[in-house]
Amino acid sequence: MSTLEIKDLHASVTTEDGPKEILRGVNLTIRAGETHAIMGPNGSGKSTLAYAIAGHPKYETTSGEVLLDGENVLEMTVDERARAGLFLAMQYPVEVPGVSMANFLRSAATATRGEAPKLRTWVKEVKSAMSDLDIDAEFADRSVNEGFSGGEKKRHEVLQLALLNPKIAVLDETDSGLDVDALRVVSEGINRYRASGENGVLLITHYTRILNHIKPDKVHVFAGGKIVESGGPELADELEANGYVRFTGAEAASVESGLANAR
Amino acid sequence: MTTEVSGLAPELKGAKEGQGEVPIASAGERFQSFDVNAFEVPGGREENWRFTPMRRLRGLHDGTAAFDGTAAISVTETGGVTVETVGRDDSRLGEAGVPADRVAAAAWSSFREATVVSLDGTPDPVTVTVEGPGVGATAASHLQIRTTPNTEATVVVVRQGSGALADNLEVVLAEASRLTLVVTEEWADDAVHVGAEHLSIGKDATLRGTAVQLGGDLVRVSSTIRYAAPGGDAELLGLGFADGGQHLEQRLLVDHAQPNCTSNVFYKNALQTNDANDPAHTVWIGDVLIRAAAENTRTFEFNRNLVLTEHARADSVPNLEIETGEIAGAGHASTTGRFDDEQLFYLQSRGIPERDARRLVVRAFFHEILHKIKLPELRERLEEAVEAELAVTGV
Repeated sequence: MSTLEIKDLHASVTTEDGPKEILRGVNLTIRAGETHAIMGPNGSGKSTLAYAIAGHPKYETTSGEVLLDGENVLEMTVDERARAGLFLAMQYPVEVPGVSMANFLRSAATATRGEAPKLRTWVKEVKSAMSDLDIDAEFADRSVNEGFSGGEKKRHEVLQLALLNPKIAVLDETDSGLDVDALRVVSEGINRYRASGENGVLLITHYTRILNHIKPDKVHVFAGGKIVESGGPELADELEANGYVRFTGAEAASVESGLANAR
Repeated sequence: MTTEVSGLAPELKGAKEGQGEVPIASAGERFQSFDVNAFEVPGGREENWRFTPMRRLRGLHDGTAAFDGTAAISVTETGGVTVETVGRDDSRLGEAGVPADRVAAAAWSSFREATVVSLDGTPDPVTVTVEGPGVGATAASHLQIRTTPNTEATVVVVRQGSGALADNLEVVLAEASRLTLVVTEEWADDAVHVGAEHLSIGKDATLRGTAVQLGGDLVRVSSTIRYAAPGGDAELLGLGFADGGQHLEQRLLVDHAQPNCTSNVFYKNALQTNDANDPAHTVWIGDVLIRAAAENTRTFEFNRNLVLTEHARADSVPNLEIETGEIAGAGHASTTGRFDDEQLFYLQSRGIPERDARRLVVRAFFHEILHKIKLPELRERLEEAVEAELAVTGV
């Protein structure tokens, strides 16, 4: 049973004007079988948290730890993190022209499983996973994400989730840009992944509607680069009713008091 | 990182009068002659030589190459294929075009006998092997490939071995014939090859060309495509992989002077080196000329370069001249870029090690060209050659 521990994580993004701090002390523990939703306004740093965990080169973690079953993920390369059991479903999946989806999926499965899956069972496995997500079989021959619609890209992220079966999945706005039917299909895919009870999910979202399909155990409000409040599913209901004003206001107040202290 | 380039300088005159001094108005006006002495010795600053490292040419350009070596040409003969060795006076020679630079003219002035491969009907694929003259030697050679009307054939020209070679390759396509032509430069590390290709497309004839540059110290191939009559179609694909110390140069002129013809040029190069003192260099020049008579022309040319390491330089000069408004379409594009970090991150985030991820991207880059080669053995050999190139720097 796996655990992801994020301890006082600080991270900066590289910009033309130099590094800019985005994460300001994130603390969060996700255990196998748990689903945590992180909600927050645009620009609060939710996606940066996802990228920092996955190891995107644009983001530099300046202090803190991310431990997967006690191992420091921050010392691993991007691919080592994935092979250790981390997965990031991206908000904007990248197009890789010329690399077929079939070739890509098999390369990824070979890497994460430590050996090439047997061809016969693999083909069956991929076909069934694709059909679960209403993905047409012809997509296997297409280049990775190339010319896919927003919804198709998200389905393919969840397809990879199903095939790679990571210990911990970080889903970055997997619900954005989906119509009602696609949202249902994608949510069902995520729920199948959760069903074993052996995996942990960090669900990053801007909207509460996906939480009608995927029941979180914990809800965290993210603002100003850190978690400002945690609670149960009822917290999401409050956010739906009142929005983020209470938290963004608190952030503004804390910045002001910080300035006051500095004086 | 993507750079768009367009509309750069035309060729300069190659003749004694005004070479390198006065720009000519059009690529179509460049000087041509069978006589080497009609050309000034190029110094390296002329438009058509400015990218080429002249000191590495082994004297092919300045009269110091003895041309006393032999580049043996062997042809696999099958039904429908006639191979002749002919003297300089054979009337068919020169039918496809006239040398347009001093090395091509030197090759023409120096070859002793030419090989003519005639294709008729639907012969099995033919392989022509050109063997370099050996380390330290220089040679001039001449090869002509010609079809009879309605012939449908595939020819693979493999250039290999050591030494320095200046040559002319003529391709004469008769009416409604179809030729698939794959030319591979698989030279040893010491080799220098400066070649001119003269491709003449007959009425309603089709050329499917693929040029592959892998080996050699310096390889420079200048190809001129002309349409002898309306209705011709030329697809010209290219693949180059330059390592440290290599200079690979591809120069194309597609001269549309007949109506209802099409051309499609698509060349891709990758570059890599381990050593700052051993840079890799590719040059692609793509001239397309649509003359006033060439109504209803459709043409597109595209060069893509993938720079895999530091200390690699890709020069790319597309140039399109259009003298009539009555065309079906014309365009050109050029992009030169490094590895896309976002692609690497995406592949690695799925557990694929960086080295494998890079290989996936490079293989995909060349797949667009290689998958069009319909001879499985040749395609596999070239795919393996690309893999071997990748192993050199471990990118």
